[in-house]
Amino acid sequence: MSALTIPVRKFDAVIVGAGGAGLRAAIQLSESGLKTAVLSKVFPTRSHTVAAQGGVSASLGNSEEDHWHWHMYDTVKGSDWLGDQDAIEYMCRKAPEAVVELEHFGMPFDRTDEGKIYQRPFGGHMSNFGEKPVRRACAAADRTGHAMLHALYQRNVRANTQFFVEWMALDLIRDAEGQVLGVIALEMETGEVVAFHAKATIFATGGAGRIYYSSTNAFINTGDGLGMAARAGIALEDMEFWQFHPTGVAGAGVLITEGVRGEGGILRNSDNERFMERYAPNAKDLASRDVVSRAMVTEINEGRGSGPNKDFLLLDLTHLDPATIMKRLPGIRDISIQFAGVDPIKAPIPVVPTCHYQMGGIPTNYHGQVINADGSVVKGFYAAGEVACASVHGANRLGTNSLLDLLVFGKASGDSVVESIKTEAKVLKDLPVDFAERTLARLNRLNTQTGGESVHETRLDMQRAMQAHCGVFRFKDKLVEGVNKICEIEQRVARSQIGDKSETWNTARVEALELDNLIEVAKSTMVSAEARKESRGAHVRDDAPDTETNPNGRDDEAWLKHTLWHRDGNRLSYKPVILKPLSIETIALKTRAY
Amino acid sequence: MATRTLQFKIYRYDPDKDDAPYMQDIAVDVDPAIDRKLLDVLTKLKAIDDSLSYRRSCREGICGSDAMNINGRNGLACLTEISELKEPIVLRPLPGLPVIRDLIVDMTQFFKQYHSIKPYLINDTPPPERERLQSPEEREELNGLYECILCACCSTSCPSFWWNPDKFVGPAGLLNAYRFIADTRDEATNARLDDLEDPYRLFRCHTIMNCVEACPKGLNPTKAIGKIKEMMVRRAI
Repeated sequence: MSALTIPVRKFDAVIVGAGGAGLRAAIQLSESGLKTAVLSKVFPTRSHTVAAQGGVSASLGNSEEDHWHWHMYDTVKGSDWLGDQDAIEYMCRKAPEAVVELEHFGMPFDRTDEGKIYQRPFGGHMSNFGEKPVRRACAAADRTGHAMLHALYQRNVRANTQFFVEWMALDLIRDAEGQVLGVIALEMETGEVVAFHAKATIFATGGAGRIYYSSTNAFINTGDGLGMAARAGIALEDMEFWQFHPTGVAGAGVLITEGVRGEGGILRNSDNERFMERYAPNAKDLASRDVVSRAMVTEINEGRGSGPNKDFLLLDLTHLDPATIMKRLPGIRDISIQFAGVDPIKAPIPVVPTCHYQMGGIPTNYHGQVINADGSVVKGFYAAGEVACASVHGANRLGTNSLLDLLVFGKASGDSVVESIKTEAKVLKDLPVDFAERTLARLNRLNTQTGGESVHETRLDMQRAMQAHCGVFRFKDKLVEGVNKICEIEQRVARSQIGDKSETWNTARVEALELDNLIEVAKSTMVSAEARKESRGAHVRDDAPDTETNPNGRDDEAWLKHTLWHRDGNRLSYKPVILKPLSIETIALKTRAY
Repeated sequence: MATRTLQFKIYRYDPDKDDAPYMQDIAVDVDPAIDRKLLDVLTKLKAIDDSLSYRRSCREGICGSDAMNINGRNGLACLTEISELKEPIVLRPLPGLPVIRDLIVDMTQFFKQYHSIKPYLINDTPPPERERLQSPEEREELNGLYECILCACCSTSCPSFWWNPDKFVGPAGLLNAYRFIADTRDEATNARLDDLEDPYRLFRCHTIMNCVEACPKGLNPTKAIGKIKEMMVRRAI
């Protein structure tokens, strides 16, 4: 097959991914009249934003005093000072506007008695620079993501956005100067491969939680944007930082929102003790997620887990008014009955820390523009949401900041594209002659592979390796071993084989192509984690313990910097953290305590 | 661990190689302690035969991808408890929509009907600087409506939708139509009612109520349809 046989479709802009970030960006583009294609592996409302539960943060102050400045302080502290303070200021200042706008789009938020948007407490959300919990999480019961994703999709229906549903993007197209000129994508229904040639490309492909064995993430969260970017020579930032959510249903991995603790739920060990009082005397159960997850694993490791194998903890809501559970947490009750077999009105829910969110990603600035390792902008390329690293989450994300991230940076990236097409990127640059060669070679290899490796088994081995070698607590020797294991698995992925060769809705092919992306994410994670010889946020290692000079094991002198993983040569470089906000004083480095 | 063998009969059709659809008999060993949901077992089956095709994503009943016909009833594979299914477990694609392959149906017609009800807030009054106010009671009117996941279990269980999928909006679309009619922030109630006042779009609903039984989220499209009819009567007098 030669590149000439691939149909080419031309657009002003192409957005890959139709979750929260992609849909928010699409509104900007469609309403500005640009010819836009939005590609998604699934019908937009099936994107993983739909599973977000607890809320979206904004200092609306609807129930008590709050300020964007406090929100920013909490976000910087939550990030363990690895977040870029310019982007964090931008996000926290834009939050009230972003949430109000969503309400105007029709989002069915819960309401206060005065008819304003209902807000609940959440982990790490504090008033007055860390003093006491504050109600900042704007919620639609415990279905905030669902309500948000549908509202954003509905706004796109109104704006007449052109969707390409059940299309999987396979590779980024870059020319000799490094400019991005669109993507090559596969129509799942027909097996047809098409180039989407565009002046601007926005990646909003979400996360890659499926690199782990136990994950709250959907099957579709396979890091497609990260894989495509890495293969196209874009370095990935801070990939060692993965959030383990404290409360995944034991065994099933399904998420139980932190909003449960926001509404008064308590974590207990096998002695029925509210153990978080020992680890976070002030914030207790509403400490930051990394802190709570580590406390839980410590409880289990020290023999105070519940159940026959002492391998989970209990999330207790039984002291709450059943009316509160029915009104504020109805979805959680359903999930709990469905996946844990308990009604939380009557009995506590068995929970364990579960892989949930990727803090790292494709490096961007706060305009959503993708940034090269040398700090220059990648022409024509933008990213927003979980796939991007702005970096607002640093080493640990605050609950509800993910939904805010995708609103604020989805819009920012859309605005940047509109602006750029109006000013500098008016004409569509020609495609390089060989633009499709590598993708077609990959597809051809997969179609003709014999004596290869099962996709299912290889993926499972990768997930088990990530779980065992790069979990909540990390160990020097295990990380070194983990790098070797993942590199071996990478060799197997290169020989993946499928039985199904049909052109029609070939999910085996899709899963094999997803595995190509997952392995890039797994490798960048393991390699970046092995190299970072300190403990910070969600990355905590045995050889970087809490000492007087390095409280919590954090080593600012050596490691206050962002990791960049380069696929080419499997090499790392680093870049400074932006400590200067846009308009205020730097939030100075401090030891983190809750 | 005690494993158990489950017998399946699965609708198979790949237009690339099959002249006609057929039912495949297949057995799989499961561990009842781990493989609790139908989707868990489908994942196992797919590991054995990677050509078995179905949609799935969130695996927790919120994305609406894995709707199928399970032992004659529409439901989500991820919420269906294996232990409650009679064997052989018969899996078919959702009825009434064209089959693309195996358990994957073409949902174009379903979404076309959803889009036809203008599923977005219509309010041309310039918005205030802050949120539009809505009392908790007004907001409660949206409960049981906004939770729809567009899985199509309801519409594809409805005989009226089977016969007139191009003309009858169907339970999912009508539930969503009422979601906007019931929203105090929406200003297009009359236009929405006008649009539905049609022998087919709304009035093909004969309250058979299959939709209520089929909804995996426990929603009640028939009730929403009843409310729309009520409003039409009320505005006529």
